[in-house]
Formats: sequence, C-alpha cells, structure tokens
Amino acid sequence: MARPADRAVPDGGQLAANIAHFARALRRAGVPVGTGRVIEAIRAVEATGFTDRGDFYYSLMACFVSRPEHRAVFAQVFRLFWRDPQFLEQMMGLLAPLVRGANPAPEPSPAERRAAEALAEAVARAVEGEGTEVEVDATLTFSARETLRHVDFEQMSVAELADARRAIGRLALPVRPIASRRTRVDPRGRVADWRGTMRAALRSGGDVERLVLRARRQRWPNLVAICDISGSMSVYSRMLLHFLHAAANARGAGWAAVHAFTFGTRLTNITRHLRQRDVDDALAAAGREARDWEGGTRIGACLHAFNRDWSRRVLAQGAVVLLITDGLDRGDDPERLSREMQRLHLSARRLIWLNPLLRWDGFTPKARGIRAILPHVDTFQACHDLASLEDLAAALSGLGEAPASPGGLWPRVRFLAER
Amino acid sequence: MNMPKSIDDARALLAGAGYVAGRDLATVVFLALKLGRPLFLEGEAGVGKTEIARTLSQALGRRLIRLQCYEGLDAASAVYEWNFPAQMVAIRTAEAEGAADRHALTEELFSERFLIRRPLLEAMQPQPGGPPVLLIDEIDRTDEPFEAFLLEALSDYQVTIPELGTVVAAAPPIVILTSNRTREVHDALKRRCLYHWVDYPDFDRELAILRARAPEATEALSREVTGFVQRLREEDLFKKPGVAETIDWARCLVALDAVALSPQVIADTLGALLKYQDDIARMQGSEAKRLLDQVRAELGPA
Repeated sequence: MARPADRAVPDGGQLAANIAHFARALRRAGVPVGTGRVIEAIRAVEATGFTDRGDFYYSLMACFVSRPEHRAVFAQVFRLFWRDPQFLEQMMGLLAPLVRGANPAPEPSPAERRAAEALAEAVARAVEGEGTEVEVDATLTFSARETLRHVDFEQMSVAELADARRAIGRLALPVRPIASRRTRVDPRGRVADWRGTMRAALRSGGDVERLVLRARRQRWPNLVAICDISGSMSVYSRMLLHFLHAAANARGAGWAAVHAFTFGTRLTNITRHLRQRDVDDALAAAGREARDWEGGTRIGACLHAFNRDWSRRVLAQGAVVLLITDGLDRGDDPERLSREMQRLHLSARRLIWLNPLLRWDGFTPKARGIRAILPHVDTFQACHDLASLEDLAAALSGLGEAPASPGGLWPRVRFLAER
Repeated sequence: MNMPKSIDDARALLAGAGYVAGRDLATVVFLALKLGRPLFLEGEAGVGKTEIARTLSQALGRRLIRLQCYEGLDAASAVYEWNFPAQMVAIRTAEAEGAADRHALTEELFSERFLIRRPLLEAMQPQPGGPPVLLIDEIDRTDEPFEAFLLEALSDYQVTIPELGTVVAAAPPIVILTSNRTREVHDALKRRCLYHWVDYPDFDRELAILRARAPEATEALSREVTGFVQRLREEDLFKKPGVAETIDWARCLVALDAVALSPQVIADTLGALLKYQDDIARMQGSEAKRLLDQVRAELGPA
C-alpha cells in the first residue's frame, strides 16, 4: 500500500502531510478516523482537484465522516484547521483571548467546543516547553460554564457494592428469544434443506435417502432501558444502573444489545459508557455525561425526545423497553405524557415499567403521571431491592406468562381494575 | 454515456436524468465513480437515496441490479442458489440412461447450468453496457451476519461458491448502499465506503426538484407546496415529510385541480404528506391555516 508521502500530490507533498494532520485533529475531536481513510482522502482530493474550497470540504467529508452527528464536529475542525495553512500559529492566536480572559467568547456550540479543545490540545503539546498554563486556562474557560450538577459515585457504600456484585452474579436473564428467519441444520426441523439433501444424495450416487431438515434459528432481542435519575429516584437509580451495567456486559445473558438512556430534565444516552468493563468507571462516565442527576423530572418531554430522536434507531428490531421511573412528573400536562407513552408502546415490542413505589402494599395509582403511564405498559414491576430485580428477571423470561403475584393477577391488571 | 470527468460533469449527469443534486452529493457521486468505491447513503426515508442509483443507471446506460435487504437475508437469496428441482431431474435422467458415472454427474450437477444467480453474483458478471449499478437497499433492515458477509463481497468484489470456486468481477460494479438508520450499521462496513448523509433539501433545491419531477403543477402551486413542506419540517413532528412526499402531494393537488393551497384542501390531502396519526391530528384545522398564512407571508414579496 502506498504511503501518503509517496503519492504525487499538489503542493509538493505538503497537502498530504496537512491532511494527515487534519485527520489527527479530527481524531482528537472524537471522530474516529483510521489511517486507511487518510490515504483515501488524499486520493479523493487528487481526484477532485484543489481548486474550490467547497469541493475540498465535501471530498474530505465523504472520506472522514461516517455518522451524521460527526458532521458538525467535522465542519468546525475544518473551519479552524484550514483557515490558515500555518495552523499552529493560528491556533495560538485563537487561544490568546482566552488566556487574557478579557473578552468573553460568544457561546460556542457543543461541537465547536470539542473541535476547539481538540486543536487546543495540539497547541498545548507544541508549547509544552514554555509552560503548560495555556492548556489549563483554555479548558477551564470551557468547562466552567457547565453549572448543572455532577453526581459523585465514589461514595458508594460497601454494602451497596456487595449487593451489586450479588445481583451481577445472579443475573442470568433468560429472555424468550425471537424466531429469526435464519435456519440451522436440525433433524427435527420443519424446513427442507434442498442443498444438503442434494449433497447427501450425491454421496450415494444420486439416491435421495432422506430429507435434510433445518429449523429456524432464534435470536435475542435488544434491551432498551430508559432510567429516571431525578431526585425522587436517587436512591434507586444508582442500583438500577449497576443492574444495567451487568446486563450490558454479561456475555450470553440473553440480550443482543443493551441501549441505556437516563432522564431527569433531559434525555441522555449512556450506552457507550456502560460498555466499560469496570462498573465504577462506567457509572462515573455516565455521571459525567448525564448532567441532570437528582434534579426535577419532566417525563413527558424526555419521552418525547426519545420518541423523536431515538425510537426509530434503537427499537427497530423487536426491542424490549424497560421504563424505570416512579411516575412522579412535575410541570408536564398528563395529556402529553399519555400521548408519548402511547407512541412508545406502539414502537416497542414489549414495554415494562419498573416502579420503586410498588414496594408499599397500599400503593394506589393516584398521581396524574402514574395514571397517564399505566394504560400503556405491558407489565408493571417493583424494583426497589434485589429481590424485586430477581422478579424482574423472571418476568422478562416469562414475557407474557403471568407470574404468581399476591392477587393472582399482574399488578397492572389489579390497578386498572381498582380504578 | 461516459464517466463524468469532474464534479460539474457529475452534477450535469444527474440533472440530465431528472435528479437535482447539491454540490455535496455531486462530489461524493463523482468520487465514488472515480475511485471505484461503494457509496453509502444514509438519511431519513424519502429524501431520494434509492433514486440516485436509479438515476445513475439510467444516465450511464448501465443495468440496475437491486438487492432489497430484510431481516434474515442469507446467501441463498443474495448471492446464488442451486436449482435443485432441475438437478433432481438431471439425476433421474442420468439413472434412466444407465450411464451414471458418478464423477461426471457431480461435474454436471454443479455447473453454471444449474446455478441461479441472485443480485450480488449477477452484479459480478459482465453486463451489456458495462459494469452494472448494484443497489443494496435499506441495509439497516438486515442483521450483522449479512453485513459481515458484504464486507468480503464489497472489498474484493468477489464471492466464493464452494462447488465452483471464486467468482471475481471483471470490472467492479458501481455499488450504492442505502440506510434509513433504524439501527447503526457497523463501522467496518462504513469504512469501506464513501459516506454521505442525505439531508432534506432547502427551499430552492426542493422547488427545482418539484419542477423536474412534477412539471404538471403550476409554478405558483409548486412554490406554495414547497414553502408549506419546508415550514412543516420545522414543526415538532414524529416523522417529517420527505421529498418523495412533497412530490406525491403536489401530484395529489394537481389531480384534485387545486390551483392554490387552502386549509380545506390541505386537510383533505394531508395523508399524502404525513403518515402518523399523531402528526395528522396535530396539523388538522387551525394549525394548518397558521402555517399556510406564515408561508404566504414569506412568499408574498417574491
């Protein structure tokens, strides 16, 4: 494979080097760019020519961007990087006002912040010999604006950790699989395997002695968890995130993929963070991502955001949805919550509501939010302690068969009957 | 028709076949043709992803081979299959003739004569007019195993048939993959392609598309339709209308002999534009009138 420098490019190889630098800046800004892509980009620029800035932009974008959300980061890095070929000096100029702190910069968009931080990091490395205050100042300027609350995961009690480990140990969620359209060889199957039959026949000189049969393969559904992290849920949400981390990381636990979202006043996707092996690292990362810990709840608005931005992307292939909330909603009209719940229910293969309030025997659905949610869920489960999580595992594996509950009915049925 | 020599050529090529493309899309199409890379188009439903493949095949005079993806799509329906009934007949005939030389029979049974070519294998074969356009539609509907399979087929343009050997494409086909993003396609597959996110067009481009695709609509109606749809996309809808819906809607209005939009006409034909009951309910009545008034106010001076 040709190295970038070997290829004939305009500008005597300078452009190739610049594209490689640009790719590194993109990588630091969080856009995954491999070396192969760099070579591809140099070829693409060769093909389109280096005459028009717009063409140059689109050529690089076609090679470096592979997700729509990366387009904004790409645009910002491109703008900062190619404004001036001598980009390091130029970046020093960009940093100067921040160091002085004289003129407050206009509120940058999130992508711009990432782009600027990525480039600032490069500058900081370049000027390392001259003192590293530059970097510190720059990052402080960016992060100080975030006034929302962080959560401290380090104060996890020993007992809680032990509980979590026990839960993880027992967590074998035997889900009912979905029949896939793929097949495998199975002597008791119901689909004829003509190809196999023919091969067997040829082995005996053309006599068809038996029919080779195949059976449908089974596949596991995805799990989508939408977890309330507002103040009223604070005691439970951390434990439930442990549970989700275990579900996301246990191989062969019965889930094809686990997508996790948290919401309080806004919806956050923490799927990526839950993939970290270590549970504390994962929860700390999730805590940094979700900035609305232990605040208020706006269930309707958050479910609306989920329905609009995510449901078509994560619920497509028969996913099971776990909605984890106490249903105590502030400020939203129940009408809207009911509408969003209906939409969620229509999009999911199965919708399970976990509610820690169910721990009290006298619990009746009085709150408006709860009454809005209740008609649209398939199953209604408690989730206040480990025992109830084990019940959940049983409910998931049953998927449709009523477990033994005090009234002999699903709790949801009981509540609906009482209304 | 020859391959385009520049981005402007590519744009003219698409425009000549009735596809109004922006500079960004023309650039990736040109690059895909020039570098011989698969083109991965992602975007909401109805923004004209599939149409690009159709347009390219028409403009370049190439055959269009389409592979519609679905869950559980396997090699037998995507690449090749043996014609088992015909093979059975061949076995019986050989027996009846009494000349059952086992080796010769195997050779004969697994020859090209009994091979049923499915889209991927078909695209590797020489075609009249040059390498075909291979459209792999809605890749997000299939599952990971098939994606992994595509990796091999698309990186080397070859497929392996155990009984026959490896089939290598004499000239690589023009490959276009589309996805509606109902799930993320694996990066390994995207990495082998040129990626482009097809967005909703802006007012001018959508108007140009409407002129090209629904010429029967009057200019005034086209402007109003485009303005209304553009405005509708800013609303908080579950599914925003795509360009395909705009064209459908314009045709509906022409079929109803409407010369201009009115709240009544909009209410009657909203089903061509919005496909979810929640969205339709939102837009019924005064809401449609409000949008229409805004559109009229914006278009007024023009």
